[in-house]
Amino acid sequence: MEIPYTVEVRPDTGLYNAKMGIWLFLASEVMLFGALFSSYVILRTGNPDWVQHPMNVGLATLNTMILITSSVTVIMSWASLRLKDFAKFRIYFLCTLLLAGCFMVVKAIEYNQEFSQGLFPWSDNYMGIYFTLTGLHGLHVVGGMVVIAYLLGPGAKMWKTAPEQYVNRIESVGLYWHFVDLVWIFLFPSLYLL
Amino acid sequence: MSGHNSPEDIKKETRTYLLVFVALAVATLVTVAVSYLDLNGPQAIIVALFIATIKAGLVAAFFMHLLSEEKFIYSVLALTLVFFAVLFILPIGNYADAVGEHFSMEGVEHRETEAH
Amino acid sequence: MSSIDEQHPEEVPELSEEAHVGVHHEDHGHQEESFIWKYIFSTDHKVIGIQYGITSLLFLAFGFTLMLIMRWQLGNPGQPVPFIGNLLGQANAPGGIVLPEFYNQLGAMHGTIMVFLGVVPLAVGAFGNYVVPLQIGAPDMAFPKLNMMSYWVYFLGGVVMLSSFFAPGGAANSGWTSYPPLSVAVATEGQTYWLIGMTFLITSSLLGSVNFIVTIVQLRTKGMTWMRLPFFVWAQLVTAFLLLLAFPPLQAAGVFQLMDRVLGTSFFLPSGLVVSNQVLQVAGGGSALLWQHLFWFLAHPEVYVLVLPGMGIIAEVIANNTRKPLWGYKPLVYSIIFLGFMSFIVWAHHMFMTGMGTVMNAFFQTTTMIISIPSVVILTALLLTLWGASIRFNTPMLFALAFLPMFGIGGLTGLPLGLSPSDIHLHDTYYVIGHFHYVVAPGTIFALFAGIYYWYPKVTGRRMNEMLGKIHFFASLVFINGVFFPMFLQGLAGVSRRLYDGGATYSHAQGVLEWNAFMSNSAFLLGLAQLPFIFNFFWSIKKGELVDSNPWQATTLEWVATTSPPLGHGNFETMPVVYNGPYEYSVPGHDDDYLPQNMAPQEG
Repeated sequence: MEIPYTVEVRPDTGLYNAKMGIWLFLASEVMLFGALFSSYVILRTGNPDWVQHPMNVGLATLNTMILITSSVTVIMSWASLRLKDFAKFRIYFLCTLLLAGCFMVVKAIEYNQEFSQGLFPWSDNYMGIYFTLTGLHGLHVVGGMVVIAYLLGPGAKMWKTAPEQYVNRIESVGLYWHFVDLVWIFLFPSLYLL
Repeated sequence: MSGHNSPEDIKKETRTYLLVFVALAVATLVTVAVSYLDLNGPQAIIVALFIATIKAGLVAAFFMHLLSEEKFIYSVLALTLVFFAVLFILPIGNYADAVGEHFSMEGVEHRETEAH
Repeated sequence: MSSIDEQHPEEVPELSEEAHVGVHHEDHGHQEESFIWKYIFSTDHKVIGIQYGITSLLFLAFGFTLMLIMRWQLGNPGQPVPFIGNLLGQANAPGGIVLPEFYNQLGAMHGTIMVFLGVVPLAVGAFGNYVVPLQIGAPDMAFPKLNMMSYWVYFLGGVVMLSSFFAPGGAANSGWTSYPPLSVAVATEGQTYWLIGMTFLITSSLLGSVNFIVTIVQLRTKGMTWMRLPFFVWAQLVTAFLLLLAFPPLQAAGVFQLMDRVLGTSFFLPSGLVVSNQVLQVAGGGSALLWQHLFWFLAHPEVYVLVLPGMGIIAEVIANNTRKPLWGYKPLVYSIIFLGFMSFIVWAHHMFMTGMGTVMNAFFQTTTMIISIPSVVILTALLLTLWGASIRFNTPMLFALAFLPMFGIGGLTGLPLGLSPSDIHLHDTYYVIGHFHYVVAPGTIFALFAGIYYWYPKVTGRRMNEMLGKIHFFASLVFINGVFFPMFLQGLAGVSRRLYDGGATYSHAQGVLEWNAFMSNSAFLLGLAQLPFIFNFFWSIKKGELVDSNPWQATTLEWVATTSPPLGHGNFETMPVVYNGPYEYSVPGHDDDYLPQNMAPQEG
């Protein structure tokens, strides 16, 4: 038997299953990053000898722009798909993937810079929290990249076999992606500017 | 997603997305600019987080379509935000209230000389 | 996205229920699934529920064995462990005598395994997965493939945890609570395994909780309104929210601790810490209390995760065996929701002795006192259901009835712990161990036994033997109290927990030391008392009395709308429609003493 509401919405909730699922998952992610940020505050205010090293604000600003742009491309890809323009969808979706890749490259450059300055996670708790927060965020970026690549590649078959479900999947991935962007929006000032 | 499926509606949405993009980009530059103003600890925090909240709000409201989301999602998010607040307020409150000195704003006051 | 067979309508089964009892309506007529996809990587919630059930029961047995070794040492200090002493390894127990270092491993792993690999996977993964879709009239869980992944990630987490015993230095040994600096600066490699294992378990839990919530909200069948939901489903829904929102901070903490251990960061290490006469060579500036906050933020809701599904099971069994509706269904529902919410704001009652100020102390004491109210409402409602009831004293009901006073003792002994003045004396003593074991062991585990005896006929089409069940029950009830009640006496005398010698070196403990041997003997007898159950469980699969689809004359959908066992793919021939509440027993004017949820109202 078919699982109901995988594509059409359930009338009383107005949602299809995957959309509810992804929002619930995002709620748990809010708690995860919330705990990380809360720990940052506790560690920083609890240590009078806290050192806030100068960070590469330029690269981080670039990365912020990259992620914001990728949020736009991902939602444009979804809009294109709803307009049934698969070619445009693929371009926007691929751009999202490439921008995500750029983000990771910039991050790698940044990490390298820090390593060469002798700044490692164990150097002090500021570097510890910096590497942990950006590292976990980076893992989330990579995770998103994997899913996007799958939906561009083997997963794209579903556009032919079950187009509405495919659109729903793109919407769900988009929601995840915006959340990743959202976390960075808070991460950037907290770690780099304050 | 339900509703708003006509090509005109979608094209209107696209315009909104681009406007939001511009707003986000501008807000980012503002955040960076403000950081050079050398505000003191608490002020810098409030300004930076205020701008970040606006940006996050734009992403949530327009890109994630929270403005037109269903009640169930609002309820889940409201509950989450309550616990998120608990996660911040209570441990920090605990430190402020604790026996002995555990709480200091000194670590927040300054950053070593910038070197971009 | 759903099962492979989504395109193939179920073939029409024979409706003679006795005839097809025990026959699985798997894929006759369409592609035969290979053994691997049908049983190993099945996406059917019933198969996954059974997988969780078997795995978790094995872990419970293993955790029990670890406890027996500990209790042997406590009751017979310095004596070689009988039978298996020489299998424990020279590093752990030379000559079969448990070393203090090994005792600590046993303690940490017993707790971890029982909580994370045993009780929760059984209560949520097994019972939840199997029963919830059936009770709400759904063909499966909302995300069957995710469900399958949840199980296997749990399994991998279990493998990692078990393998930690073979790490150099042995398994984790800093308590199930893994407090730094001990867990960071002193603990051996096994602790790293623990952290990695927890990551797997938390992931599994997260995937599962999303699945449960979406399933319960979205897949309720027509007519299954919120106020017609069986209380068991409400319990699983609240539990799923607890898991969803409370686990992530522990994951964050786990990452921090992993980095402290492996990369040498100092999230939890203060400056200038001296370990074994040497100053630790780390940057410092961290906070050991930060771990406690993040850990208990999860671990307090976790204890409600431990108990809520059990309460759900008890409600089902009591309603069914009193032939009455549950007393106070609405208060029960509101109470369990309120309980779930409150569970997020009581955690620091585990930290009263950490130097918190008076404001924080008062806050957490107050919320802790408040949270006892919904618990009492739930217990009272269940108790009041018994008033004027036609009680059937079958095995599931016996366990359910025992749950009430046992959980009552557990709950009441939580009160002096939740009030910080009395907690000053009782914190970290055996009183705590007595308290939480009462709620989990004769509490939740009895509820889980009730569930096994109750739903066994649904899963297998056969009953378990009543005589063996009653022996299992009475023996377990007597001996479990023998193990845990004296702990209150020891705790009140001030005997600390986690002492490998049971307090032998302390003068204040001398008067209560005699209870150690008594408790240990009770523990062994408790182990023996499980043998009739284990035998019964396996024997009845083939030899148990055959039953029809509803041997308990119950009202809920899993009994009235499908066969025993339920149909292979999709559970129901046609999706049931619900007309009635979940516990319409002894309805005036109705011929039978139960009214199935899916029975349409008679005309006229």
